[in-house]
Amino acid sequence: MIPAAFDYVRATSLDDALARLAADDGAKVIAGGQSILPLMKLRLARPETLVDIGRLTELQGVRRLPDGRVAVGALTTYAAMIADPILGHYGLLRDALPNIGDTQVRNRGTIGGAIAHADPASDMPAILLALDAEVVARSATAERTIPITSFFEGAFDSALRPGEIITEIRLPGGRDDVGSAYSAIEQPASGYSIAGVAAVIGARSGDRWGLCAVGVTGVGEHPYRATAVEQAIRGGASVADAATHATDGITVASDIHADREYRTHVAAVQVRRALEAAAARLG
Amino acid sequence: MTTDMLGKSVKRVEDRRLITGGGRYVDDIKLQSMAYCAILRSPYAHANIRSIDTSAAKAMPGVLDVMVGTDIPYNPLPLAWPAGGSAGLQNNVNTPRALATDSVKWTGEGVAAVIAETPEQAFDALEAIVVDYEPLPTVVDAEKATQPGAPQLHENAPNNIVFDWTVGDKAGTDAAVDAAEVVVRQRIVNQRLIPNPMETRGDIGLYNPGTDEYTIWMSSQTPHIQRILLAIFVMGIPEHKLRCISPDVGGAFGTKIFCYADYVVVLHASKRLGGRAVKWIESRRENYQSTIHGRDHITYLEIAGSKQGEISAVRVKTYANLGGRLSTIGPGIPTTLYARVLSGCYKIPNVFAEVIGVYTNTVFVDAYRGAGRPEATYVIERAMDLFANEIGMDPAELRRRNFIAPDKFPYENPSGLGTASGGAKIYIDSGNYEPAMDKALAMAGYAGMDKAKAEARRRGKYLGVGLSTYIEVCGVAPSKWIGAVGEGWGAAMWESANIKVHLTGKVVVTMGTQPQGQGHETTYAQVIGHELGIPMEDIVVQHSDTQGTPMGYGSYGSRTSSVGSTAAIRAAAKIREKARRYAAHMLEASVEDIEVDGAEYRVKGSPDKKKTFQEIAFALDLAFDAPEGMEPYLDETAYYDTPNCTWPFGTHVAIVEVDEATGHVDLVKYVAVDDVGNKINPMIVDGQLHGGIAQGVGQALWEGAVYGDDGQLLSGSMLDYAMPRAAWFPHLELDETVTPSPVNPIGVKGVGEAGAIASTAAVANAVNDALKPFGIRHLDMPLTSQAVWKAMQSSKGAQA
Repeated sequence: MIPAAFDYVRATSLDDALARLAADDGAKVIAGGQSILPLMKLRLARPETLVDIGRLTELQGVRRLPDGRVAVGALTTYAAMIADPILGHYGLLRDALPNIGDTQVRNRGTIGGAIAHADPASDMPAILLALDAEVVARSATAERTIPITSFFEGAFDSALRPGEIITEIRLPGGRDDVGSAYSAIEQPASGYSIAGVAAVIGARSGDRWGLCAVGVTGVGEHPYRATAVEQAIRGGASVADAATHATDGITVASDIHADREYRTHVAAVQVRRALEAAAARLG
Repeated sequence: MTTDMLGKSVKRVEDRRLITGGGRYVDDIKLQSMAYCAILRSPYAHANIRSIDTSAAKAMPGVLDVMVGTDIPYNPLPLAWPAGGSAGLQNNVNTPRALATDSVKWTGEGVAAVIAETPEQAFDALEAIVVDYEPLPTVVDAEKATQPGAPQLHENAPNNIVFDWTVGDKAGTDAAVDAAEVVVRQRIVNQRLIPNPMETRGDIGLYNPGTDEYTIWMSSQTPHIQRILLAIFVMGIPEHKLRCISPDVGGAFGTKIFCYADYVVVLHASKRLGGRAVKWIESRRENYQSTIHGRDHITYLEIAGSKQGEISAVRVKTYANLGGRLSTIGPGIPTTLYARVLSGCYKIPNVFAEVIGVYTNTVFVDAYRGAGRPEATYVIERAMDLFANEIGMDPAELRRRNFIAPDKFPYENPSGLGTASGGAKIYIDSGNYEPAMDKALAMAGYAGMDKAKAEARRRGKYLGVGLSTYIEVCGVAPSKWIGAVGEGWGAAMWESANIKVHLTGKVVVTMGTQPQGQGHETTYAQVIGHELGIPMEDIVVQHSDTQGTPMGYGSYGSRTSSVGSTAAIRAAAKIREKARRYAAHMLEASVEDIEVDGAEYRVKGSPDKKKTFQEIAFALDLAFDAPEGMEPYLDETAYYDTPNCTWPFGTHVAIVEVDEATGHVDLVKYVAVDDVGNKINPMIVDGQLHGGIAQGVGQALWEGAVYGDDGQLLSGSMLDYAMPRAAWFPHLELDETVTPSPVNPIGVKGVGEAGAIASTAAVANAVNDALKPFGIRHLDMPLTSQAVWKAMQSSKGAQA
């Protein structure tokens, strides 16, 4: 449980960090360290250099953008998100954040680190998928915006390019006519989700829901939008019927805690529960 | 104000140290010029070693030495407890090597050791060692390992069988089963567990070339035993050339009883370096791969009786997985400590058990909290529920009808306790089982369960209630029993205490037992304070070092409070008697006329003629006026061998709710009524019960060591091995009955294992009860959401 030797530099600014990444192929970014340090201790990750961006205050905090959307700095910790009054309006965040990791993880772990790591069972990707978030990434030469729906590409694999650092995540502004919820069944050892589902649903107009977005984690090769569920809901299906489409088109994961059959089943259960809870919040 | 704290919930005196970072564990100890050891472990579960090339590693920065198996003068570790008690029984013994020589038998077996200036350099150098393995076929399941054609681990163990051991009356049991109105049969798996003490193991070896003596700091429950085993059976030196020190130990649960390979490595490494200290600290991953696991039984159970609920026989065949090689007392656990207590608290006239010990390509299995008794309790308590269901009787009523009656003690059970070899017989000396069960049932609201089940159904939940009316054999053990060759571990099991009273009347107690977090420094002070009439604050309790403590056999098997405390009480009695004799001298009275009241020694009839304990200690220490023939100073040692074990019992009741949609099990209520006899410190007893219950519930619902067929440990870290968490538990409702043990003067029984022994069966019974509407009779542990849901699905499929 001792990492291989590595160099360590503490970035003085975002530009400094980006310059160091651009100059060194063997460099990796460390923020809260909740993902990369365990991998390094097991010698599954062996970066030559760690560029520490953890103290860059410019990447911390939550603010409302002029267009009404909400920007969450990549280095905002789970604990800071729990305490933030703007984010407190999002029902699915209230459901999910207090159950992520433990106190120490929530104090150190960051939203940017969580999605950069792209763990296929992490909670935050499902939430951001359901919220249709945008990821802002910057390199030494350019800044770009990546829709969250095209961010996750595989297990521990994302659209982030070498040399890029996530700077912030943009969420739609909280709306009163939208309900959201997060529902998960956890793998009891790790606390990661066997199936975790974030649902955002808009008020009914006639017999149709105004909006439906469902993010699923822990089930497929990477977190995904359950588009078949969303289509069924928009097509007027009941929540129970729509939920049966939770894993349509998905290669469902299997491990010692949950095989394909069980994971497929509980994904549908959690989709139903998340949608019902989200709908209940519409009042 | 009384200073007598015996029986009071005194806060633990060690906690200021332990919870403010003032503890001193092995890894806190840093000696001058200390080097660090890292151990290369086999990636294969079964392989021959063709060659090991350490040349590149030896050239790495900071590397001082690289050792392989052939560098260890005497390599095999000792086996201290073969299966015994049956005439002509053969044990096919293969013990671990300090470092592997020609083969490896499980993933994680130590193959080579690097000693370097820093831990980082040692770990780096491990990667430069080249081992040429010839992989071999593997088998991890004990029952499969005994089948024809299974991969063979050891030449001297055909079909991988360590022993085929039996106990009880076979003919009588067979006849009783054949004649019974009702026979229930069930295959029951008691899954393998990883014990997980908070502190992993670790050790520091130090050789002194000037004296040719060794010292080892070890995270051990048994420093005195380790001195015997390491010195005599491995190092080939006499005991007085080895000092074993066990500083603060951060939990053990049995894992730190044993003689481990790393002890041998660091001792030899220090000598090879000319006397530099060598430290090895186990990582959590190594702890999972190279420290003992627990349980892992496959049992074929038959329970027989009448339709009226009279149990007439229990017959079991158990495959006990002992791992790739035998841990120190591995064979003793599924034999003596399991099969001999199989009949539990019931008057079952016929019991027969066959236990087959088996080698597999897994880590060795040995004593884990409860050690054999949780496995026995699980079998008999599941058996009672299965039988009750079969005949349509309430499980509590079936238990009530079969309890050993309170007037039947001492009770000789039929599963072999009374037939141990060496002429020693062990009896269940006391018990009164029904009041404990009645109290627990009342606390749990057992009478209202049908209503509660109906209410839960309306919420999409299936509610179940489960009982465990357990007994345990604790306070192990009389030397005449456990020390009988072929029965126990072939050595004594007495305990010791030394009490020294210093000039100021302050008392230093040294004990042969060894705490791992139980609070011995508090409880012994309570006992001795009571005996000598002095405040606890005047007493310090020391342990942990073979230099400076009297020989003792350590702490495990819930034996410290029963056996250790009695030694302390006897040492205190010697102190009191000498103080009384000296008081008589000081007061110019005859000894017979001195009466002792707490710390006051008075002349009968002349209450103003008195001396305090402190005055006597002071005068005896100065000794200028000692009478002829009296030695100066108050310093007494007692060695105590108990006449019997102790027999705690009780009833635990668990209530669970199963989520129909996901199979998730929620423990919603937990009631425990335990009879542990008198209590030295009720708060500490409650703490032991809380922890033990949580561990037992962990087995029932979440924990399980999982090996792939290739012998890879799939549950290789806490990311995949589910430890219980506080938030998953309801408030634990504890109560008691008190039946003092007759075997020790304060009537205590021990409580270290009770919770873990009782709770697994209670929760498993509750889940099985909840699943009764699905026609499910038995589901093996751990009762994970997936396992429960799948059982419900297949049952629905069968009904459709």
